[in-house]
Amino acid sequence: MRNRAMGQVDQERTVSAVVNGTPREFTVPARRLLSDALRHDLGLTGTHVGCEHGVCGACTVLLDGVPVRSCLVLAVQVQGAAVTTVEGLARSDHQGGEVLHPVQEAFRECHALQCGFCTPGFLMTIAAGLEARDPAQPVTDDEVEDMVGGNLCRCTGYANIKKAVHHAAATIREATR
Amino acid sequence: MKPAPFGYADPRTLAEALEVLGREGEGAKVLAGGQSLLPLLSMRLAAPTTLVDINRVAGLDSIESGPDGVRVGALVRHARLLDDAAAAGVQPLLARATASVAHPAIRNRGTTVGSIAHADPSGEMTAVLALTGGSVTVATPAGRSAVGWQDFFVGPLETSVHGPAVVVDAFFPALAQRSGTAFAELSRRRGDYAVCGAGAVVTLDADRRVSAARTAYISVGLVPQVHDLTEAVAGRPVDTVDWAAAGALARTLVDPDTDLHASADYRRLLVGVLTERTLAAAALEATGRTP
Ligand SMILES: Cc1cc2nc3c(=O)[nH]c(=O)nc-3n(C[C@H](O)[C@H](O)[C@H](O)COP(=O)(O)OP(=O)(O)OC[C@H]3O[C@@H](n4cnc5c(N)ncnc54)[C@H](O)[C@@H]3O)c2cc1C
Ligand code: FES
Ligand code: FES
Repeated sequence: MRNRAMGQVDQERTVSAVVNGTPREFTVPARRLLSDALRHDLGLTGTHVGCEHGVCGACTVLLDGVPVRSCLVLAVQVQGAAVTTVEGLARSDHQGGEVLHPVQEAFRECHALQCGFCTPGFLMTIAAGLEARDPAQPVTDDEVEDMVGGNLCRCTGYANIKKAVHHAAATIREATR
Repeated sequence: MKPAPFGYADPRTLAEALEVLGREGEGAKVLAGGQSLLPLLSMRLAAPTTLVDINRVAGLDSIESGPDGVRVGALVRHARLLDDAAAAGVQPLLARATASVAHPAIRNRGTTVGSIAHADPSGEMTAVLALTGGSVTVATPAGRSAVGWQDFFVGPLETSVHGPAVVVDAFFPALAQRSGTAFAELSRRRGDYAVCGAGAVVTLDADRRVSAARTAYISVGLVPQVHDLTEAVAGRPVDTVDWAAAGALARTLVDPDTDLHASADYRRLLVGVLTERTLAAAALEATGRTP
């Protein structure tokens, strides 16, 4: 990686990235998708893989803070970047435990998951979507539609997921008042 | 599925990128946002031997908005163009159409220039490049040249650019005086590729009569095309125009295909409806821009 020749073509690379706040290093073939590197090389199996071609959103993670499909990013491309997976969403309570993110709390409260396969992708997309907006303004149905429209769920029918977005937005609004 | 094995390079300069593309030959492909290329690799519909990742190439990430138009660099993501107020001021179609490109997570990574280079006739920005009369700048080892949209799009997923080349930017001319634009599409879910979509530009004369009405469609036909519908509405005062007449004319000009999602007849019907709607909305905007 370091001192590589100009324009060198590699079949394999060693990548360093900050994953969920911790510096990690892993060696992968060039074709390794970020989703597979997270699951198989780093053991972070919270990121789920549904379609592997960008349609379902189950594999969504944050790359330098913004949501992306991890099946549509090569692992070698995250050299030097920060990646956050669903495992990194909860915050430490500084007593050895964790506090769920308001979106995770809202999913539990609103019964927004059934089998849970799609859930990590929804959580990451919605958490980033709520983060990117002014928390003082109530979230509109249109914004909610935009936040969840790119993720597929075969169980819930989406109604409770949308309810959870409103619930989480309200919690965040309360907390920032 | 997983992509077949390939070699990977991430050059830091354009010269270096062109050098690697030249050296690796036929099997090398440019990787930009990867939002179209990586699905093709994972579905094994493409198996390049080398990916030349341009994400770390310096100097490709600017949006330059001036009186003549908007120049969008190869590394500008859809999400950034969508939020660029200066670009929207010069050419409002950019933000309007980009809002319909995919979902937020895909817009964070996919590039505007990449979707033009991909030349998918379902891609909003291919129609916008055509409708605005735009062009791309192509860099090859021999130098840079501007290629107009008509010479660029050759067929579905096919452009006139071959061999070692990087599209370094796309240029969208500014919206003319007394003109307005609109974009609308029908898709099965928000953010999905459109079953049919339309962009429109309407220009008025100083007396607020229609002097030009043009449209371009997505998911209709093999390459983007601009349709001049002026004859159906020319010279009418903007508040009494029968936009349905333009919609009827548009239906006779297009040649859509049948696929899993819609029949050719249904698409032709949508062309009529979307033409009427977008022209009316564009005319309203043009009125606001006519003193
Ligand atoms: C689920 C899903 C839904 C989508 N929905 C839409 C939609 O509704 N509308 C839409 O328009 N798009 C949609 N997209 C595609 C998305 O917009 C892509 O970002 C875009 O088509 C390609 O841009 P990219 O930067 O990702 O290019 P890449 O995927 O990196 O490249 C695509 C092709 O263009 C070539 N290429 C890219 N950049 C250059 C360059 N600078 N010079 C030379 N060649 C280049 C590559 O070699 C490759 O052949 C969707 C994608 C997904 C996965
Ligand atoms: S697994 Fe990545 S979008 Fe479906
Ligand atoms: S909860 Fe089962 S797919 Fe969404």
